[in-house]
Amino acid sequence: MEILGISAALLVLFIGFGLLIGILFGFFGMGGSFLVTPALLVMGYPSRVAVGSGLAFVFGTSVIATLKHRDLGQVDYKLGVLMIAGTTAGIEVGKVIVLHLESLGLAGSIISITYVFLLGGIGLFVTYEALKGDDDGGIDHDVEGESADADDIPDIAKKIQSYRVPPMIDLRGGVSVSLWMILAVAFATGLLSGFLGVGGGFIRMPALFYLIGVPVPIAVGTDLFEIVFSGGIGSFLYAMDGGVDLSIVLPLLAGSALGARLGSAATSIVDEEEIKVYFGLMLLGGSIAVAVREAGNIYGIEIFDTISLILILGSALLVSGAVVYSSITTIRTESSSTTQTAD
Amino acid sequence: MVAIGSVSSLVDAGTMIGIVLAEAIVLYFVYGAAESAFSERVINQLKKS
Repeated sequence: MEILGISAALLVLFIGFGLLIGILFGFFGMGGSFLVTPALLVMGYPSRVAVGSGLAFVFGTSVIATLKHRDLGQVDYKLGVLMIAGTTAGIEVGKVIVLHLESLGLAGSIISITYVFLLGGIGLFVTYEALKGDDDGGIDHDVEGESADADDIPDIAKKIQSYRVPPMIDLRGGVSVSLWMILAVAFATGLLSGFLGVGGGFIRMPALFYLIGVPVPIAVGTDLFEIVFSGGIGSFLYAMDGGVDLSIVLPLLAGSALGARLGSAATSIVDEEEIKVYFGLMLLGGSIAVAVREAGNIYGIEIFDTISLILILGSALLVSGAVVYSSITTIRTESSSTTQTAD
Repeated sequence: MVAIGSVSSLVDAGTMIGIVLAEAIVLYFVYGAAESAFSERVINQLKKS
């Protein structure tokens, strides 16, 4: 039996895969193209369709996740618009650097090495910061009208916030940062995004928290808001060349819509320190997967592509499972403590 | 592959992205309604189990 031009089994597979990615996307504000595109490539889709459909899927999922984060008061539109402006400029410069490196014949190797070290470096840093932090419950996730606790703002962000170059921009969570600092951070993340050819959620989300100092839930919501625009424009450009296949995108989106809702809701349940640990571990898994794939390309070992995909999917499955498990555990713990208090 | 008629690549691309956007918005409200209807029941079930 065929639905949307694909078999029922493949349809169920796409919906299930979408659910998994949706949980991660809603929870971390990243993970879409990072997971979908390699999976489609290994399944035998042409790279144009894999990238284009991946972007269209990311666009749809980010719309849903952004709407959910908006309901939770976790999107800073002012910061989002400024980030879009700075990131766009950075992406353009990143592309120019890539073209220059291509003319020198160095683009592939330099980009791969940068990707592995960046993913691994951010993953290690985030995991270390989360593990060394005091597990005191983290920042209050109900950010509406409240100021972030000064103890929760990373030292680098405090330093950046101390540069009072006008105009100063007031952000959600009681954070005030110079416009130029926001644009500089946005440009730097856009530069890396354009250089590496990725959506950049895994760079922007930690940058918003560690460099600008906005609380993690707002960093996730604002990052998703930005992805709506970058994903929309990117998928539109690919769709013009026939690179978007709706028989892939629609079932993936049906699964991820539910997953994104679960993931977004989980950010208000699970402790922030746990969020950071999961995020770091997933980046480390991705870093190892990319290294394995590159090693396969260099030495011509095709099985490494499959191992890379299994590593990516495995870490995604483990982390999304941990998010769901932590949410359920937290609900049960709160329930039992409420019962004991009542007794 | 699901194909859209080719009036022009711009219209085709716009239609495709429009379909994805429409599905996203419809799913957001459908799942939202489902969440409102069932979430409390699911959470209570989790607390009891």
